[in-house]
Amino acid sequence: MLYYIIKRILQVIPVIIGVTLILFILMYVIPEDPARLILEKGATEQALQNLREKMGIDKPLYVQYWRYIKQLAQGDLGTSYRYRRPVSDILADHYPNSIKLALAAIVVEIVIGILAGIISAVKRYTFWDTLVTISTTLAVCVPVYWLGMMLQVIFGLKLGLLPMSGMGDGSIKYYILPSITLASVSTAYVARMMRGSLLEVMANDYIMTAYAKGLPSSIVIGKHALKNALIPVVTLIGMDLGSLMGGAILTETVFSWPGVGRTIYLAILQRDAPVVIGGTLVLVVIFVFINLVVDIIYAWLDPRIRYERREITV
Amino acid sequence: MFPKDLEKGQSRSVEGIEGIDEIGKKYSRSSLYKDAWRRLRRNKLAMVGLSIVVLVILVAVFAPYIAPYDPTARVKEESSLAPSIKHLFGTDLLGRDIFSRVVYGSRISIEVGIVAVGISIIIGLFLGAISGYFGNVSDAIIMRFADIFFAFPYILGAIAIMTVLGPGVINIFIAIGVLGWASFARIFRGSILSIKNKEYIEAARALGASNFRIIVKHIFPNAFAPIIVYGTMNVGTAIIVEAALSFLGLGVQPPTPAWGKMLAESLDYIDIAPWMMFFPGLAIVVTVLGFVLLGDGLRDAFDPRLR
Repeated sequence: MLYYIIKRILQVIPVIIGVTLILFILMYVIPEDPARLILEKGATEQALQNLREKMGIDKPLYVQYWRYIKQLAQGDLGTSYRYRRPVSDILADHYPNSIKLALAAIVVEIVIGILAGIISAVKRYTFWDTLVTISTTLAVCVPVYWLGMMLQVIFGLKLGLLPMSGMGDGSIKYYILPSITLASVSTAYVARMMRGSLLEVMANDYIMTAYAKGLPSSIVIGKHALKNALIPVVTLIGMDLGSLMGGAILTETVFSWPGVGRTIYLAILQRDAPVVIGGTLVLVVIFVFINLVVDIIYAWLDPRIRYERREITV
Repeated sequence: MFPKDLEKGQSRSVEGIEGIDEIGKKYSRSSLYKDAWRRLRRNKLAMVGLSIVVLVILVAVFAPYIAPYDPTARVKEESSLAPSIKHLFGTDLLGRDIFSRVVYGSRISIEVGIVAVGISIIIGLFLGAISGYFGNVSDAIIMRFADIFFAFPYILGAIAIMTVLGPGVINIFIAIGVLGWASFARIFRGSILSIKNKEYIEAARALGASNFRIIVKHIFPNAFAPIIVYGTMNVGTAIIVEAALSFLGLGVQPPTPAWGKMLAESLDYIDIAPWMMFFPGLAIVVTVLGFVLLGDGLRDAFDPRLR
């Protein structure tokens, strides 16, 4: 197990270096003159030159990259062009709100996704199964922000049941629409995977044995089948936590949710590249880190994985 | 006795060969792609998907003949009208006909979907071929490089690239195209690995065929099916990402109509003119659904075992 953990961590290091390299290129190499991006249009040549020197743009690229990595290692993601504040401070202010929304979305994903998957598998080829199949196919095709807007119109505007945007006092009713919107696509995947996984497990001999013993369906499914069928689903949900945090830009924008995603959106509008790139870096690193943790937990739950992969690599 | 037997045997074998010839003739026109097409035609959902895709492409190509109005023409007196016979999908705040804008908007979506995925496929095939065929160091480097791209959630990566490159269709092609290559490289690499040690490749090599010829003539046709399947599905994803970029103000610039942009414009008016957001959104859903259904159908058609 330790061998597997070390191997996975070693695999992540080049990925993180690569990600920082790509973002460095985006931030410092592609723009013709980053200093001009930072200062307003009417800036004097002297001011531009001073800033270039301060940013080290006149230095060779590898020196700049090394400087960038050193800054990152100290938690310095750069300074916002617009707010003149450290990007890390701006992100830290909004991060808790994004985490809360992502957790709410995970709850939706678990409850609706798993239930729909179970119903679909247990009532295979019935109306319910078809309904779940159709809605999961549709959910994948619906842009999340459009779904959010539709929910706003129906539940906020027409029925007046739920608040349309913002976090308000932070009570649960403010979470309902954004979390459903954010979770829509992943809920569909969870439901599909739950269905497939449960059907696969139900075909095993030990399930037939359980039925043959005379156990009622609820116990066979709930106690015997579900435990095994849930393993891949739990992995998928774990990985989703990472992507939900990254994918919240659109949802947070539609619902004016004061999280990192909306901060990135506002930074896009203001052409505030350090906030966009810094925010992206943080979200990507979290995404990679959560995937790593999920992979390790999965390998711990299912020893076949760590041994299989070991054989392949050796 | 011997010659007689031989004669008999010969005649029998000739008969046999003729029989084989007939069978051969009957099936000579059958190939992987023809079989797949036959199976695809029997799949109703896939046919629905194909019809949607063809329809949207036709709408995009013939937009000037289908749209009743100029999509950018503003008519002050006709601001935010509800759907009617005159304006099927209503009008927006500037008095532009939404139906015409949705029709023209299909052009950007289809263009981006096809070109961006095309770029991904070209990069993916090139790197995937090197990785799978030559293996060793090149494989390790390319696959680690792919891992880096897998670490970027699609939309987030596209946003980062577009923020730096600036809005515009060409930049969208680049952003979406560059981000998507890794999956194609992996798929193609996988196909090559499963094919490259087969006897017929060995035979080609023994006959003195060059690496390039083996890849292009022998491996490519046999490894292309999964690329078609994944490519079709990916067009749908690319359309969704393009719409998201336009929605965030990073895509096509006004007044060019794009579905995502139209949704962004409607955001502040969902209470007074909900049709402004309903129809462009529906257009995205239907188009993406078309590509997803067609992709699913193609997957089943190329590999019926997966069903």
